[in-house]
Amino acid sequence: MGKLRELVRISARVLCVAIPVGFLTIFFLYPVGSILVRGIGAGGLERLVGLLGRGSFRGVVWFTLWQAVVSTVLAVLVAWPGAHLLARRRFRGQAVLRAAVTVPFVLPTVVVGGAFLALFERFGLSDGPLRLTRTVGAILAAHVFFNVAIVLRTVGTFWEGLDTRPEEQARVLGATPWQAFRWVTLPRLWPAVAAAASIVFLFCFTSFGVILILGGPTRATLETEIWRHAVFRGDLASATALAVVQLVAVMAMVVVANSMQRRRAIGQVPVRRTLPRASGRLLAGNLGLLALVLGFPIAVLVERSLTTGRGADATWSVRNYVALADRVDLLPISALAALRNSLLFAVVAAGMAVVVGGLASVVVVHGRRTTSRLFDLGLMLPLGASAVTVGFGMLIALDGPPLDFRSSRWLVPVAHALVGVPFVMRTVVPTLRSIDQRLREAAAVLGASPARARRDVDLPIAARALAVGGAFSFAVSLGEFGATSFLPRHPDQLTAPLALFRLLGTPGEALRGQAMALSVVLMVLTAASVLVIEGMGRRGAVRGDL
Amino acid sequence: MSLRVDGLSVAFDGVSVLDGVDLEVAEGEVLVLLGPSGCGKSTLLRAIAGLERPSAGRILWDDKDLTEVATHGRGFGLMFQDHALFPHRDVAGNVEFGLRVAGMPADQRSHRVARALEMVGMEGFGGRRIDTLSGGEAQRVALARSVAAGPRLLMLDEPFGSLDRVLRERLTEDLGVLLRRLGQAVVHVTHDHDEAFALADRIAVLGDGRILRIGNPAEVWADPGTVHAAECLGHENLVVLDGSGCCPLGRLGDGPGTVLVRGDRLVIGAPADGQPAAAQVSAGRSVGPVSGLVVRTSIRGGRTVVVLDVGGLCLRASSDGSTSVGDRVGVSVADGGVVPLSG
Amino acid sequence: MCIGPRFRPATALMVALVVAVTASACGGTDNLTAVPLSSGGVPATEAPSPTGSVTLITHDSFWVSEGTLRAFTADTGIEVVLQMAGDTGQMVSTAILTAGDPLGDVMFGVDNTFLQRALDADLFEAYESPALVGVPESLRLDPTHRVTPIDFGDVCVNFWIDRFDSDNPAPSTLADLADPAYADQLVVQNPETSSPGLAFLLATIAEYGDGWEDYWAALRRNGVVVTSGWEDAYYGEFVSGGGDRSIVVSYASSPSAEVIYADPPVDTPPTGVVTSTCFRQIEFAGILAGTEHRPAAELLVDFLLSPTFQEDIPLNMFVFPALASAALPEVFIDFVQKPEDPHQLDPAEIEANRNAWTERWTEIVLR
Repeated sequence: MGKLRELVRISARVLCVAIPVGFLTIFFLYPVGSILVRGIGAGGLERLVGLLGRGSFRGVVWFTLWQAVVSTVLAVLVAWPGAHLLARRRFRGQAVLRAAVTVPFVLPTVVVGGAFLALFERFGLSDGPLRLTRTVGAILAAHVFFNVAIVLRTVGTFWEGLDTRPEEQARVLGATPWQAFRWVTLPRLWPAVAAAASIVFLFCFTSFGVILILGGPTRATLETEIWRHAVFRGDLASATALAVVQLVAVMAMVVVANSMQRRRAIGQVPVRRTLPRASGRLLAGNLGLLALVLGFPIAVLVERSLTTGRGADATWSVRNYVALADRVDLLPISALAALRNSLLFAVVAAGMAVVVGGLASVVVVHGRRTTSRLFDLGLMLPLGASAVTVGFGMLIALDGPPLDFRSSRWLVPVAHALVGVPFVMRTVVPTLRSIDQRLREAAAVLGASPARARRDVDLPIAARALAVGGAFSFAVSLGEFGATSFLPRHPDQLTAPLALFRLLGTPGEALRGQAMALSVVLMVLTAASVLVIEGMGRRGAVRGDL
Repeated sequence: MSLRVDGLSVAFDGVSVLDGVDLEVAEGEVLVLLGPSGCGKSTLLRAIAGLERPSAGRILWDDKDLTEVATHGRGFGLMFQDHALFPHRDVAGNVEFGLRVAGMPADQRSHRVARALEMVGMEGFGGRRIDTLSGGEAQRVALARSVAAGPRLLMLDEPFGSLDRVLRERLTEDLGVLLRRLGQAVVHVTHDHDEAFALADRIAVLGDGRILRIGNPAEVWADPGTVHAAECLGHENLVVLDGSGCCPLGRLGDGPGTVLVRGDRLVIGAPADGQPAAAQVSAGRSVGPVSGLVVRTSIRGGRTVVVLDVGGLCLRASSDGSTSVGDRVGVSVADGGVVPLSG
Repeated sequence: MCIGPRFRPATALMVALVVAVTASACGGTDNLTAVPLSSGGVPATEAPSPTGSVTLITHDSFWVSEGTLRAFTADTGIEVVLQMAGDTGQMVSTAILTAGDPLGDVMFGVDNTFLQRALDADLFEAYESPALVGVPESLRLDPTHRVTPIDFGDVCVNFWIDRFDSDNPAPSTLADLADPAYADQLVVQNPETSSPGLAFLLATIAEYGDGWEDYWAALRRNGVVVTSGWEDAYYGEFVSGGGDRSIVVSYASSPSAEVIYADPPVDTPPTGVVTSTCFRQIEFAGILAGTEHRPAAELLVDFLLSPTFQEDIPLNMFVFPALASAALPEVFIDFVQKPEDPHQLDPAEIEANRNAWTERWTEIVLR
């Protein structure tokens, strides 16, 4: 009996490590390694040396870097008030707002790009001194639009679980609200900010559609250059050289970000208490800011989806929505069926991401130092790797038994889950770290084995973070376009973003209207799914209260 | 230089937690708020500190209304139950916090920090990390932090809540000395009546969001007023009277109700043969002796406490240690030992 | 560590997923019943019988009417499995990466701008379809029949008809586009990132020869706007999507799509085509080297040139069938202009100069 239990314990521990390692190795490290080896064989290293000496290349690297840094800083600043509102105040519709901010995340860049251009036009920003069209400003605005949710949710969730008493203590000691924030809240919040910022940075660092559509033809990042060389020029060697630079930069960035997150692991007991109601002014200010950044582009989409006809002939109608149920000749299946596919992929991908990311988080927090750091680094990489590298890598690596996945239906959700795992980890790890060791000790004293203590103490507390991460990977999967387009698919596997792309690829008002309607449905679906997933997480958290 | 709380009420989501509390604390006075957990003690402190918004009432300092003044503008200190030390700062960083936010230059700060640490007997601990402190040390650091900021009113919320008894008693004594030396207005919250009596100039007993009894310790002890207050103060012999005011000790009242039989006024003597006296005993007059059986003895704080069974009524009394379990004894109540209670 | 005595639904789900992931990682490649996505196709890797199925790799824009491929299956008993592999560039790159161990048996959709790259990579096995006799000589670019022309279309300058009238006529030549009368009206795509963008650059090179650089410098002076892709040009800058510009690089078939997919319906297209600006794109199919189903692949290529398939092409892909005898739908005859003499360049010349041209173009137009 005792031996059996020991065996179960050891195999559980082995599985915790083996599942994430296996997943990462088979679906990321091996494919990416294969494509890099192939590219280096084709002269990638010589190309790399040549590139490093070129001013235009250094310009691309510099631009990639600084636009990502500035985008990240802006996203953090814009998200901050909202994170505070969600974490420290109560108001009606809180859950809805929390879900709604996730919406931009799934919108395909083609659609958002169009909405931004229309907005610039409407507000007179398409020309003149305040011109945003085809400028870096447009790129930054779009990056903020897409990424505010990451900061808002990651920081907000962590903040919510943070003990309020130190702030109150600071206030009693005479600190103004700002001083209390600056000296007591911020230092403890830092791990979550670093976690969120590192994800946003990687997203912006590997941004593709936004750069091409909104930045205009003169802006290039490492990601767009890799794509141009690999796909348009068929120059694998140069693409590989660029991919190596991208991966090295990403690794360096992740190492720095991870050390920032570790620097201050704050042991806190999550306290449940009644939060003050949000004042009307605070609420209005926040909603105003979010409406400005997120609401306007979305409003343009909704307006377009409800309009048929052009210019003066335009009328309101729901025809575009009705049309979603019928297959157009251009698409193998109807838009609704594509939505169903996307949902199914998203469920599978989010499930995989939660399992792999959850286990990996446990290893990161409780594992040995080296293992922990390697996990922390390795599982972040897929977020910073080019869709081209991953997609092509999978095609050449997973081509023979026992890893013949090239035409497997699992490959698309797996590719989505790769991007989802870092989200789960970035929300779960800070939370796991913040669980007071005393709670585990208390459980141990009450007779719980370490594994049992982890399940009864960590899991309920981490459930909310797990749900937030899961919801994000769900949303990532719903909106994913890049990697999906590189993987061979059966026509009946068409996803909603791919369908959107096809609809927008042919002229015709009806097609465009349908594409807009599909975007809106995708948004609503995302918000609803996030609401449900997080509702589950919250119930789990409450049930698990000690 | 005094605090006045005027008809203070606090409600959470419509549920009343404090209901019309009136208080006054003068400079140099230690007021102890005594009450069971959940009676609103902490909420009262938080409201005074400005951390909770009152639904009614005012908080005044020297007749100046502070109700609308933000927490940091009140100049009050509050030491939290679990100390709430800042985990990301070391001991000195915690203690100097209040001085720092007040804009005191660094050199003066370090001087004041050293003095505050010295005051609580923690010299040289300035560089220690918070998570390396023991419970007693953390408590002292928290106290030093609250004191160093120089608040005009010091509030302590169950400062010894999580400590063991011995440590608690020692620290209580130290705290008493320290508080006298500071000479500030102090509000101290506890559920421990021993601690309350050790520290208080005045005691306020709080129950269900109201002040049940307020006065100096001796007064309050002798006449708690209500059953609830008597329980809070640590009285054990609360005797329920039947419809005609009787109980196994005799007729202690005019009708149904509860009276307090003070343990310190119970006298144990030679076995009495008698039945309970049928005559009515008015409060203040002596009772008995009545026959009782020693059920249990124990030693508490060096004194022997005996548990007596008097006709099915369970009473606790202190004794000189000459009785043992199984003895039949005569039990009488000295003058003033029976106190009628309301509620 | 996740499995405890109290078995919760969430735990069960996690366990199931762990098992599923592990199982799939251990070689259970295609348990289709595990994920209810399947509605027909059998993966290429599990096709042991040479006559059982054949896999057709296409770009994402490929589609035919539902019954068309079934007609092939009815005739031959061979099922067609479709695999879509991104846009044309992605598909060709994918095929080159997997050369020798192809994802399928036949690839459809490589066009003359990418053709030489595919041929250089030895992607195809030669096959001369008997149906080729019905295809005009001008479309047969590979004399060794490694690829078979299936359809063709033209990339042309389009314009918004309402913006022009007899006083202010629409442009009719490439040269007009550099005329100040059309200043700030033209939108083109970046040839480094867009297929029609490249085609249009090739059209100007075919027209002006070495003078193309001067022509583009003139276009730049005339206020040309460059976008990264077709979507942001047509729907972002062009009138059709609410933009302000009235001239855009698109396809000869775009006006017909504007009619077919109009909402509310219209009788005539709102856009017109400048036929002298067109560049011809021919799409080919080829049997992928390394196929294990050569006989079936040959039958499929023949089928792609059959009237059944050819006559189904126009309304699904908005291009012309290669088979000269194939009947065209009315809307095509009415609204799709077939330029008399579209610009063309030799695929080998395109492949040899393309990077140099696009780099030069970038310097002239964007720097």
